[in-house]
Amino acid sequence: MFQFKNQLALLLGLLICTCVRAQNPTPAPSQAGPMAVTGATIHVGDGTVIENGTLLFRDGKIERVGANVTVPDGYETVDATGKDVYPGLIALNSQLGLVEIDAVRATNDQREVGTFNPNARALIAFNTDSQVIPTVRSRGVLLVQSTPEGSLVSGRSSIMQLDGWNFEDAAVLADDGVHVNWPNRVSYNWQTGDLIPNPRYDGQVRELETFLQQAIGYCDRPDGDVSRLLKFEALCEAVAGNSNVYLHADEARDIQAGVLLMKKMGARPVIVGGYQAYLVADFLKNEDVPVILSSTQALPGGQDEPIDQPYRNPALLAKAGVDFAISHEGYWQQRNLPFVAGQAVGFGLPYEKAVEAITLAAARIAGVDENYGSLAAGKSATFVISSGDLLDMRTSNVEHAFINGRDINLDNKQAELYRKFEEKYSRQQTR
Amino acid sequence: MKDMKQSTRPLLSLAILLYGITAFAQTTFPYNGVYDEPDGFYAFTGATVHVAPGETLDNATLTIRDGRIESVAAGGPVPRGAVEVSLAGKHVYPSFIEAYGTYGMPDVERNRRSRRDGPQMESDTDGAYAWNQALRPETDASRVFTIDEKVAGALREAGFGTVSTHSPDGISRGSAAVVTLGATSENAVLLKRNVAHHLSFDKGSSGQDYPSSRMGTVALLRQTYIDADWYGKKNRDEANLSLEAWRNLQDIPQIFAVDNWQDALRADQVGDEFGVQYVIRGGGDEYQRLEPLKASGATFIIPLKFPDAYDVSDPFAADLVTLAQLRHWERAPGNVAAVDSAGISFVLTADGLDKPADLHEAMRKAIQAGADPEHVLAALTTGPAELLGITDQVGTLEKGKWANFIVTDKDPFAEKATVYQNWVQGKPFELKELETVDLADAYDVTVDGTRFVGEVSGDPGSRKMKLSTPGDSTSTEVDFTESGGVLTLRFRPGKEGGYYRINATPRGEGYAGTGRGPDGKMVSFTATPRAATAKTDEKSEDGKKEEARKPYQSRLTFPNIAYGLPDHPETGKVLFRNATVWTNEDDGILEETDVLIEDGKISRVGKGLSDRGAEVIDATGMHLTSGIIDEHSHIALSAVNEGTQSSTAEVRMADVVDAVDENIYRQLAGGVTTSQLLHGSANPIGGQSALVKLRWGATPQEMMFADADPFIKFALGENVKQSNWGDANRVRYPQTRMGVEQIFENYFSRAAEYGRALKAGEDVRRDLELETLLEILNDERFITCHSYQQGEINMLMEVAERHDFRVNTFTHILEGYKVADKMAEHGAAGSTFSDWWAYKYEVNEAIPYNGAIMHEQGVVTAFNSDDAEMARRLNQEAGKAVLFGGVPEEEAWKFVTLNPAKMLHIDDRVGSIRAGKDADLVLWNDHPMSIYARAERTYIDGKEYFNREENESRRQDLLDERNALIQASLDAKKGGSRTQAPRGNSRQLLHCDSVSH
Repeated sequence: MFQFKNQLALLLGLLICTCVRAQNPTPAPSQAGPMAVTGATIHVGDGTVIENGTLLFRDGKIERVGANVTVPDGYETVDATGKDVYPGLIALNSQLGLVEIDAVRATNDQREVGTFNPNARALIAFNTDSQVIPTVRSRGVLLVQSTPEGSLVSGRSSIMQLDGWNFEDAAVLADDGVHVNWPNRVSYNWQTGDLIPNPRYDGQVRELETFLQQAIGYCDRPDGDVSRLLKFEALCEAVAGNSNVYLHADEARDIQAGVLLMKKMGARPVIVGGYQAYLVADFLKNEDVPVILSSTQALPGGQDEPIDQPYRNPALLAKAGVDFAISHEGYWQQRNLPFVAGQAVGFGLPYEKAVEAITLAAARIAGVDENYGSLAAGKSATFVISSGDLLDMRTSNVEHAFINGRDINLDNKQAELYRKFEEKYSRQQTR
Repeated sequence: MKDMKQSTRPLLSLAILLYGITAFAQTTFPYNGVYDEPDGFYAFTGATVHVAPGETLDNATLTIRDGRIESVAAGGPVPRGAVEVSLAGKHVYPSFIEAYGTYGMPDVERNRRSRRDGPQMESDTDGAYAWNQALRPETDASRVFTIDEKVAGALREAGFGTVSTHSPDGISRGSAAVVTLGATSENAVLLKRNVAHHLSFDKGSSGQDYPSSRMGTVALLRQTYIDADWYGKKNRDEANLSLEAWRNLQDIPQIFAVDNWQDALRADQVGDEFGVQYVIRGGGDEYQRLEPLKASGATFIIPLKFPDAYDVSDPFAADLVTLAQLRHWERAPGNVAAVDSAGISFVLTADGLDKPADLHEAMRKAIQAGADPEHVLAALTTGPAELLGITDQVGTLEKGKWANFIVTDKDPFAEKATVYQNWVQGKPFELKELETVDLADAYDVTVDGTRFVGEVSGDPGSRKMKLSTPGDSTSTEVDFTESGGVLTLRFRPGKEGGYYRINATPRGEGYAGTGRGPDGKMVSFTATPRAATAKTDEKSEDGKKEEARKPYQSRLTFPNIAYGLPDHPETGKVLFRNATVWTNEDDGILEETDVLIEDGKISRVGKGLSDRGAEVIDATGMHLTSGIIDEHSHIALSAVNEGTQSSTAEVRMADVVDAVDENIYRQLAGGVTTSQLLHGSANPIGGQSALVKLRWGATPQEMMFADADPFIKFALGENVKQSNWGDANRVRYPQTRMGVEQIFENYFSRAAEYGRALKAGEDVRRDLELETLLEILNDERFITCHSYQQGEINMLMEVAERHDFRVNTFTHILEGYKVADKMAEHGAAGSTFSDWWAYKYEVNEAIPYNGAIMHEQGVVTAFNSDDAEMARRLNQEAGKAVLFGGVPEEEAWKFVTLNPAKMLHIDDRVGSIRAGKDADLVLWNDHPMSIYARAERTYIDGKEYFNREENESRRQDLLDERNALIQASLDAKKGGSRTQAPRGNSRQLLHCDSVSH
């Protein structure tokens, strides 16, 4: 049953059924019986590799992972000899599920109006029926941090798994943190291209600080003492240090200023973006603040910048010992997340560190590492089998993906259209 | 001045001179009262008269009358009846001429239309003028000129006497007029009309949509030359006052204003097309590229606005400033010297300075930075006079010319030079009181018997005196004025007590006088010069030798920004040894193979090659491929879309190639060697494409891919319908796919008719738009069409077939997979994105298998970027053709090399590794389609334009250079230089949808 050579064969196999669905594949059923993956190179996610490894999982949980594991009787076995196993990839800071067609306003739900929107929850807008989702998970991305954008405080993200009936059962961790966009120190005039210091910067920072102080006060008030204010209420977990404050900042001094303010407010900051995080690596280590790096596949921040600065950023943080994850922008683009990590390997990041940056490090930062991000006994059986290096488009070939032990259908709308038109042309040949 | 003999005769007070003196002249104006205008007959004696640059008369007598110069001679006599003005020790120079002025012109209202207002398709100029309101050749500066005493005063203060003024509004700005800075009447100061025709790339106050881009501007300019020519012929049915005016302005100097050296070359090229040699009002960065500017043959009007030092005190804010900005700050003052020593003909302008008074500091800086003072003077006097054809009137102090001159204490460009007077058409304007006496440095002073030492300091016109008692360190400041030889002093010795007030007149070598003491009683006063003592610091400053010019901290590179190359790379013999060679030929991928390049071409491919003269590169374990070709790029452009009309076939991307784009270098680092720079997708018929090789450091002209077939960009879909432009944009045709088809049908029908009329020898007005479309019909130009959905793709192929030509390439073509069979049959190629989709409605059925299907169906298939970032990784994008659809690697690699070369009809020269082809090669450290691959070296025409190792060392050099310039900026700030807040500039990344302003 699991002997297909590659995904292409799988897709062509499906050609037999030329029925065309207009919607996403049905979510996979729960794991029926215990299963084993054998003979694989297992990338654990924590930086280690197990050659010729075996992975046992039952009821959606990993039982054992190791090199010398005998498969007990009664296990359905997937022979993964010569293949690679990875934890399900985690796409942080993504709008997947919130946007369907960027230019069509009716399909955009990632940006609420107003300056402060901590009460906006991506969870609610996450569309499990997005036709983009199956195209992303078929490349091994199985979890996503669905994240609102815009304003000073854009809202709260949630960690979602990518094979759900609805947002409720897709949620892995609801409201994992609130997203703060640190004010721009520099204003950009898009008509002239001029960059000038933002005259409103100080005011905006004060505005943010005041807002957080108000929230702290509000959250401290005894019940019934004050009318319910949703925006402040939404910040209570964050200012208590129980959930993350995702601080979107790229410049070194913004990173420092933002972290110091958040710490002063009792919050637990995570830097998102972090283009210049390498310049303040000591500070970040000292403050114990992790970084979600924005895409390596980006242009340098300025004319004088090293041409490959974005490519090198992960390696620089790794060398400096800063805890970091790698992310990629947008929604449909998330299918390229593995390659975004691979890009960093080409510029000095150790391979397993790159894997970790899109698996365990991401899970750790988002607070879902108890169950996700690495392949260890007791954790969720959420992983990918590829018959080639998953981080290199030249070799990547996702054959199976499991979320909580469920065998995910890797088909998607684009593969379906591929089959449809292969069918069209094959009819012409036989004519 | 030290040697100046004290005048025995106090000068006539200027107050008297200023009182109504008008040159004798008959005028048409009636005179109210008894005519009493004297003829302004003066003899200026004793001065050093600088008749012309390099021609100086000492102790000369200059006589003027009726506003003009009567004579000038060394030691000449004072004619009877002339009012003698002694200028002993002073200097007289011809006053300056502003060649690029806007003095006395009406204000230009900037157009304030916004995108929300919707398009303005037609001109709103009333009358029988040009179709486009950015064409204003009919503007005649002489007709709109009015005296503006405030501005005139400021210009006179800076030493100007004459201005060529024009209205700085529009692409054609009409004619300039020469006026003096006199205050009498417009009738008197207007010296000459129509001295020059002014042009620019700036449409000024025009709110009309077209042209919205630089290439539209150039196209409009070209068409106007043609239209004006046509207008001169008999058979025309149109009255057009603008074209008439344009024709009348063609025989005078054509002055073209630009912002930088690239635009200067661009303007010059347009001029060359029509046999016009423009005078270029440059951007002040000419030093960055002297050779081609010299070759242009143009005379330059060089501005003297130099950037202030950047205030880099805040280290983070300082990051906003680019190395390029810092370099320009350091080198801009040296521009004049650089232009001069390159042998480029130039004049100078104060235009662009914050205020005319800044001229002197700017001149001093230019001279300190190496400019020859005599040439600088010429560039402000004789140069402009020659340029404007007014040498018979102004520019030198010769008989018969207008009495326009300045009186100074020394070389007007020297430090602390004083301009006392500026005479315009024989009438004086006093700027600083002319000192009538030469004060000693110090005097023995007695006040009512008490002895003091009085020390004099300060500049003429603002002298100070300090009284001190010998042996006492305290001193008293004296309020001190000197007028008409009379000194007036007021002082209070000590903090207590009252004031002394004294008047004194010359006596002997000193002064004597009386006044009143604090108690109101009369007191006596004498001041006797003390024996000359050692020169004070201040005096010695005059003779201070020029400080040796500091060597530049900045490098000058090609282009002159970070990562510019120190020299243009040279072609040599290079032998790549033992590489895995992706030939893209029948040989396929050759292991352990050598490739020899020489003279810019691939000369041999084989095993065990050797060549004694060649540089040998050990490529063991590396992959050698032909350079990547990006079929769809918008880097290295200063604009992308004209888009204001449904067809802009007349615009050429070659007119907006920007060779200073850092993305050129970044893409070389990604292995890209050739890019097709396309017009955007804002209209169905876009503009003509520019095919370039990424020759980093070359001029735009040098980047062009020589002798390539011409292409043009077409577009379909949401962009051309302006679907996502908001509700204001529902005006320009077309708004539906129905209209899009009709546009094509209509334009090709008209182009065919145009062609028939030409063939029949009819007297046809050359129409650059239809001419371009006719080239398509004649298979002389080829279409690259932006496209997504299958219906539109079929539509365009059918239009083409009806008009008997073929669509060469569909670009983007994300639904090509649906019509790949039809494309193959039609003969169209497909250049697509590897995996983009979902960003707009028309790409909702885009699939990453698109490339594979098109390829399978026999369509020549490529992957393009349309993105400055992704173009750096097109090798990886090719890898996605393997991932999605399983295209064999060797074929997938052709998606970014040979196949785009085929589409662009350049596959006989680039795109594969074969002896005889251009040596456009990339050496990769890994399998080229792997995510881990890095381009280590990139060659174009056998020249190495990118080398990763050198890039690493260059990075450190840049940091060092940057730091040195930051330190120099801090020094400048500390030294009191004016500074400016850091202001960066970030290149706008252009895509298909980018609309320029």
